[in-house]
Amino acid sequence: MQSFTDEHEELRATVRQLLADHSDEQAVRVHMASDRGYDADVWAQLADQMGLAGLIIPEADGGAGFGFSELCVVAEEMGRALLCAPFLSTAVMSAGALLLCANDDAKAAHLSSIAAGEKTATLAYADTNGRWDLAGIEMTAQEKDGAWLLEGAKGWVLDGHTADLILVVARTREGLELFGVESGAAGLKREAIPALDLTRSLSRLEFTGTKAVKLSDGDQTEGLERVLALTHSALAAEQVGGAQWCLDTAVDYAKSRLQFGRPIGSYQSIKHKCADLLLDVEFAKAAAYNACFLVADCLETGEGWDEAVEYAHLAKSFCSEAFYHTAAENIQIHGGMGFTWEHPAHLYFKRAKASELLFGDAAHHREALADCLGL
Amino acid sequence: MSDAPVIDEEELRSRVRALLEVVHPERSDYVTFRRAQFDHGLAWVHFPEGHGGFGLSPKMNQVVRDEIQKNSTVYYDDPPAGLIGIGMGAPTLLTYGPEDLKKELLPRLFTGEDIWCQMFSEPSAGSDVAGLATRAVRDGDEWVVNGQKVWTTVAHLSKWGMLVARTNPDVPKHDGLSYFLVDMEAPGVEVRPLYQITGEAEFNEVFFTDARVPHSRMLGKEGQGWRVAITTLMNERVAIGSGGPKKKGSGAISQLLKLWKERDHNSTSAAQTAVLRDRVTKSYIEAELLRLNSLRASATAKSGNPGPEGSVNKLFQAESAKRLWETAIDVLGADGLSFEAGYELRQEVGSAYDPEGRSKYQFLRSRANSIEGGTSEIMRNILGERVLGLPGEPRVDKKIAWKDVPRS
Repeated sequence: MQSFTDEHEELRATVRQLLADHSDEQAVRVHMASDRGYDADVWAQLADQMGLAGLIIPEADGGAGFGFSELCVVAEEMGRALLCAPFLSTAVMSAGALLLCANDDAKAAHLSSIAAGEKTATLAYADTNGRWDLAGIEMTAQEKDGAWLLEGAKGWVLDGHTADLILVVARTREGLELFGVESGAAGLKREAIPALDLTRSLSRLEFTGTKAVKLSDGDQTEGLERVLALTHSALAAEQVGGAQWCLDTAVDYAKSRLQFGRPIGSYQSIKHKCADLLLDVEFAKAAAYNACFLVADCLETGEGWDEAVEYAHLAKSFCSEAFYHTAAENIQIHGGMGFTWEHPAHLYFKRAKASELLFGDAAHHREALADCLGL
Repeated sequence: MSDAPVIDEEELRSRVRALLEVVHPERSDYVTFRRAQFDHGLAWVHFPEGHGGFGLSPKMNQVVRDEIQKNSTVYYDDPPAGLIGIGMGAPTLLTYGPEDLKKELLPRLFTGEDIWCQMFSEPSAGSDVAGLATRAVRDGDEWVVNGQKVWTTVAHLSKWGMLVARTNPDVPKHDGLSYFLVDMEAPGVEVRPLYQITGEAEFNEVFFTDARVPHSRMLGKEGQGWRVAITTLMNERVAIGSGGPKKKGSGAISQLLKLWKERDHNSTSAAQTAVLRDRVTKSYIEAELLRLNSLRASATAKSGNPGPEGSVNKLFQAESAKRLWETAIDVLGADGLSFEAGYELRQEVGSAYDPEGRSKYQFLRSRANSIEGGTSEIMRNILGERVLGLPGEPRVDKKIAWKDVPRS
C-alpha cells in the first residue's frame, strides 16, 4: 500500500487548522441548528480559497487537479471536526457522477462552477424503498415532446433541500441515466428530513412531471458503481477521522478522570476498551486509506475499477462498525457526562450511526463484497 | 579495528566464493560445511571476527545466503530445531557469555550439533515471568537448581538450556534473578512432553531436582538475569517479526474460503446460509486488513515515522485467527463433529502448522494464539500503556522482597 507524502501531511495540517478556526464545536452546534444545515460563508471559504470543492476535478475543467488521496486526507479531517458542509454531496458524489457518467456538454456546463464553489450539487440516486443498490432504483424518466420528465421520489438525499443542482438517477429504455434538475424547477418538492445526525442534512425529493436535462449518453450502471465506490471510500475516510476523535477524547478523559483515588484509565476494564478502540481505528485506517489509494489510481489511469469497488465495500463495512464502536464506547467511558447534550460525544455517536446506515450498513457491504469474491 | 579492511558487498561475495572453493555444499555434509562457514566468518556476519562473523550489518547476512544459493543447488539452512538457539541463544551468549564459553559453544550451535532451549516460563509464572520461583542456591563453584519450567520447545532434543532462576528471594523480583546455561543431559534435569488440547506435544515441561550447574556457566552477573533475559526476548521479537506480507487471500483464510466453496449450501436454510456467509466474509475482511496493515506499517516505517500500525497486529491476529477457525468448524456443520486425526498423544518436532485440510486441528490449536507470546490481555495493557499512554495499575509487587509477594 502507498503511504501519505509530506505534501499530504502539509495539506492535513492546513485543513485541520482551517477547521479549528471555522468549525470548532461551538460553530458546529450553530451550523447544525440552522435551516441550511451548514454555514455558506465557511463553505465558500473552503471551496473557493482552498479549492476543496474541486479537489478531484481536473484543472482543465476548472478544478484543483488534486487526486483522491488528497480528498481522503481532507475527508478524514472533516470527519474529525464534524464539519457541517455539502462536501460529500458536492465535491465527492456530484463531481464524481459528472466525471464518470456525464457527457462532455454536461461536464462543461457544471464542473467549473462546482469547482469554483459557485454552486452546490447533490446526487439523488436511491429511491424511497430503502434499497441502496443500483438495482433497487425504480424511478423512471420519460421523453415527451423533446423534453425529459421525471416522476417519482428520492429518499435520504444529502443536502437535497439546499443544493443548487440536483443530479438524479432514473431509468430510461437505455438503462440507468443521469439527469440534471435545477433547484427551482417546477414540479420539484423538496422536504428536509428531521435527521438523527444533526450535522448532515437529508431531504426527500418528489418529482411530479419535473423537467430535467439528460446529462448522460446511454446506460451508466457501470459508471454509477464507480461513483458509489468513490462515495464509500470518502465516507470511510471521514469515519476514520471521527473514530480517531472518539479514541483521542476517550483516552484523554480516561487519563484525567479520577475515581476511587486513581485515573479510570489505570483500570484494565477501561484500558482494555481503549486498546480495542485503538485496533478499530488502526485497522479502519488500513481499510480506508487502501480504498482511497485504489480509487486515486483508477481516477488517474482509468483502470482497476473492479478492485476499487471491491475494497470500497470492504472499507465502508469495516469503518462503519469501527466508528460506531468507538463513538459508543466513548460515551460509556465518559459515563454520565457522555450522555449529556452539553458534551459533544453524542454528536459523534449520531454521526457514526447515521454514516453507518447511509448508503447501506456493514452487512450490506459485506454481502456486496462476498458477491465480488464469488463466495 | 581501524586497520581492518572495509568489507563491502563485493568483498563479502568474494569471501563466500573463497569458502565454496574450500568446501562446497554439493560435495560435503551439513556439519562439515556449516563448520567451515563459521570458521570463515560467514555464519552470522554481524558477529565479531573469531565468532563466526566480521562485525558487519545484519542486512549483509542476506548477501551470504544469496551468493551461496547462486553457486550451489544445495543450501544448508538453519536446522528447524535450532531456531531458538541460533536466533535467541547465540546473541545472548555473545553479549553476556565468558570468552571460552563462546569459543566452545557458538560453532556447535551453528552446526546444529547442539540444540538449545529456553526455560523462562513456569506453571506459576506466565504473564508475570519475572515472578518465577525456580531456585538456584550457591554451593562452592556450583549452583544447585530446584523447580519446574513449562512450555519449553525442543527441550527433549536440547543439549543446552537457557535458564532464568531465582538466586536471591530477599530482593524485589526483577533483582533476584540470574541466567544460566544448563547442560540438559546433567543429572537432576528431567524433560517430559506436555500434551496440549490437540493431543500433540509441541512443548515440554522440565523438572529440576538438585541439578548442579557450574558457576562458570552463568551469563551476565549474579542478579543480572532479568537484563540478560530481555536480550533473549528482544531477539525473539526480531526472529518472529521478520515474516513479510503475504499475498491477498493466502494463508489461513484460503482454507476457510475453500471450505465455504465446497459446502453444500442446501444443507441449511437460506437464512442460516446467509448468516454463515456473513461470518466468512468478516473473516476475509480481517485477514485482508492484517495484510494491508502490515503493508501500511512497512510503508510508514520507510518514510521514517513508525506509528502504532505494527504493535496492534499481534492482538488483532490472535483474536481474528480464533474467530476464523470457529467459523470454519461451523461451516463444516455436522462434519465438525468428527476428528479424523484422532487424539493419539504424540510428540511433534517443530511447527505442526499445516493450512491444508486441518481445520479441526486449527480450531483447537488457535486457542493458544491469544495466550502464547503475550496473552491478549497483556497485549491490551501494552497498547494501553505504551501506545495510548494510559497509567499503569498500582503494583503490589514492585518494591517488596520476592519472597513476600503472594503467589498461587
